[in-house]
Amino acid sequence: MRLQKPLLEINGLKKYFPIKGGVLGRTVGEVKAVDDVSFTVFEGEILGIVGESGCGKSTTGKAILRLIEPTAGEVKFEDQDITHINAEEMRKLRRDMQIIFQDPYASLNPRHTVEKIIGEPLLIHGMNHAKERKSRVKELLEVVGLSAYHASRYPHQFSGGQRQRIGIARALANNPKLIICDEPVSALDVSVQAQILNLMEALRDEFNLTYIFIAHDLSVVKHISDRVGVMYLGRMVELTSKDKLYDEAKHPYTQALLSAVPDPDPDIEKERVILKGDVPSPADPPTGCAFHTRCPMAMDICKTVRPAFLPVEDNHFVACHLYDGQQQNISHYQLNKEGEHV
Amino acid sequence: MSRIVLEIKNLSTHFFTDSGEIPAVDQVSLHVHKGEVVGIVGESGCGKSVTSLSIMQLVPNPPGKIVGGEINYKGENLAFASEKRMKKLRGNEISMIFQEPMTSLNPLFTIGNQMREAFRFHQKISKKEAREKSISMLKLVGIPRAESIIDDYPHQLSGGMRQRVMIAMAMSCDPELLIADEPTTALDVTIQAQILDLMRKLNEEKDTAILLITHDLGVVADICDRVVVMYAGQVVEEGSKREILKDPKHPYSQGLIRSLPRIHEREQKLYSIPGTVPKPKLGRVGCRFAPRCELAFNRCFEGNPELYVTGEGRRSRCFLYDKQEGEAINDATTEAVIGD
Ligand SMILES: Nc1ncnc2c1ncn2[C@@H]1O[C@H](COP(=O)(O)OP(=O)(O)OP(=O)(O)O)[C@@H](O)[C@H]1O
Ligand SMILES: Nc1ncnc2c1ncn2[C@@H]1O[C@H](COP(=O)(O)OP(=O)(O)OP(=O)(O)O)[C@@H](O)[C@H]1O
Ligand code: SF4
Ligand SMILES: [Mg+2]
Ligand SMILES: [Mg+2]
Repeated sequence: MRLQKPLLEINGLKKYFPIKGGVLGRTVGEVKAVDDVSFTVFEGEILGIVGESGCGKSTTGKAILRLIEPTAGEVKFEDQDITHINAEEMRKLRRDMQIIFQDPYASLNPRHTVEKIIGEPLLIHGMNHAKERKSRVKELLEVVGLSAYHASRYPHQFSGGQRQRIGIARALANNPKLIICDEPVSALDVSVQAQILNLMEALRDEFNLTYIFIAHDLSVVKHISDRVGVMYLGRMVELTSKDKLYDEAKHPYTQALLSAVPDPDPDIEKERVILKGDVPSPADPPTGCAFHTRCPMAMDICKTVRPAFLPVEDNHFVACHLYDGQQQNISHYQLNKEGEHV
Repeated sequence: MSRIVLEIKNLSTHFFTDSGEIPAVDQVSLHVHKGEVVGIVGESGCGKSVTSLSIMQLVPNPPGKIVGGEINYKGENLAFASEKRMKKLRGNEISMIFQEPMTSLNPLFTIGNQMREAFRFHQKISKKEAREKSISMLKLVGIPRAESIIDDYPHQLSGGMRQRVMIAMAMSCDPELLIADEPTTALDVTIQAQILDLMRKLNEEKDTAILLITHDLGVVADICDRVVVMYAGQVVEEGSKREILKDPKHPYSQGLIRSLPRIHEREQKLYSIPGTVPKPKLGRVGCRFAPRCELAFNRCFEGNPELYVTGEGRRSRCFLYDKQEGEAINDATTEAVIGD
């Protein structure tokens, strides 16, 4: 066991989007895209975040980088709360915190050459010499498995997997500490997806990077992550090491989610939990536990009281009333203060 | 085995575009028995959707055209059937669920309206009867509050509900053959599990033949009996689900299966096939997988492999299985499979 240092600490993060309505465009409600989420990311780890469409994964990622302003909560990067720092300080910090997006088609400017795309963040952060930039771009292209001659080409001349490599090269340009990967392989074919996953793992080891890896594919997340957090309707419902999560999931939603993933091995017989109904709207989330409308285990208390997100065992956080009384009653925040064993 | 419902023989569908003729589907053969679920798998652009659209005679023309082959549906060749005949079959004996449910539901009409029209086109029943039948179909596919949802417009429903409406419509006429093109790809896994469960029930209870198109081998393992693997417009392998998933013969199928991250395994590094999937192109010489294939040898770049029989009901489009190549090479592939 080694004591790990938190690189990023999220406490009570919320992002509510206003719903405008009527002729006057007044705010008539709000979408609770991220609703009180707390977790820690340790230096050098890959933290996976899974959950179904619309549960708030991307919003969490963007709010951490303040690409959208959080409604409330604290985001501490290397012990500094970055939710209140000014634009100039934020700009400097972005060097250390990068993001890779899902869509390798939409996220690269089609009118710019690869050289310009990868060179831009270098220029922003003060690499003013064209020659120096050129050689760094070349180096980066090689790091991600492309060639120097690709620099003069445009995004449309590349396949999806190659474009994702360009996105990765751009994110790596300024030697970041943290990369938030928002569904980096979801748009890729299986045979190409494996190439990109291997590349990302190799880069993590080589440059001691820390990733938040967002995806809806549970087997991909399992493959790449050290720890995994599960989100449902704007909330984190479970967070633990990947082996614990996949072998001994505690939250009924995690259990159902895992049982629903079809396994390509025809010999694996699964006890399938088929959930009833659809995911409720985050504009009108159920009271109490947001999962109670679909939960096979729901009790009376689940309808009224929101379960706290607390550890049931070391390093195994769950938000579910089934574990009331078993939870260690220390907040996520205090635990981090004392240093967490991983 | 029971009788064959659909038998496609050497189907070729090409697109005639400004940049040339694209053989999107190239000499594809496959068949589906009554009560059987056959999967077509393959990566993006390999021709899965065009194959299914060809069966329904729904390939946009121009630019697309069936340029050869047969589509035998219960003994009748549909490849060149009249539009009038196809109208009678579609949504009646042969139903289709499309990849994107929103494009196949008309946004201007309520769910009930569309279901009723489908019923009334094929069956002589009153409006009231059609409405009642629609409500019971919606209930059957697990739509809550079916009595009120029936008066909603498609955009008022979630993706999972729209897909269930599509399935309700597709099943409402007790089709002999259901063609489902990635029916769950746009859906979340918990909703996917509901839909697959539903399709399995319909298959078991009504003995409906299902041709299921997917790129997800997990879905195949879950619901299919037999599998056809496509690569760059061609069928490259065919066999039972177990054979394809546990003992693939074609190097592409082998690579595809090995590159999947597994939820029930602790693997270190993922296997990955080098290179990318090629776009279909006319006049290509050599095996289409050769540039990415670890086992390729000279002949692979010079000749076009046929589908060689590799066992009962099994075929593989790879020279390694051509009897001419002899035993030595066959041993090499066996090792490659076991060695993973
Ligand atoms: N700019 C916005 N304005 C209003 N609502 C938004 C905005 N961005 C996201 N939302 C809503 O917030 C919720 C969470 O969205 P988010 O994109 O974070 O989900 P996600 O988990 O990333 O989903 P997916 O898997 O589909 O990418 C959704 O209900 C979405 O509709
Ligand atoms: N309208 C069209 N015009 C020109 N080419 C087309 C057209 N429709 C399809 N194609 C080509 O036909 C080939 C096969 O396409 P198809 O849609 O069948 O792929 P698919 O296997 O269904 O892929 P996906 O998994 O992405 O749905 C592709 O290379 C595509 O570019
Ligand atoms: S709190 Fe209740 S409703 Fe929520 S997951 Fe636990 S048992 Fe189910
Ligand atoms: Mg997202
Ligand atoms: Mg398709």
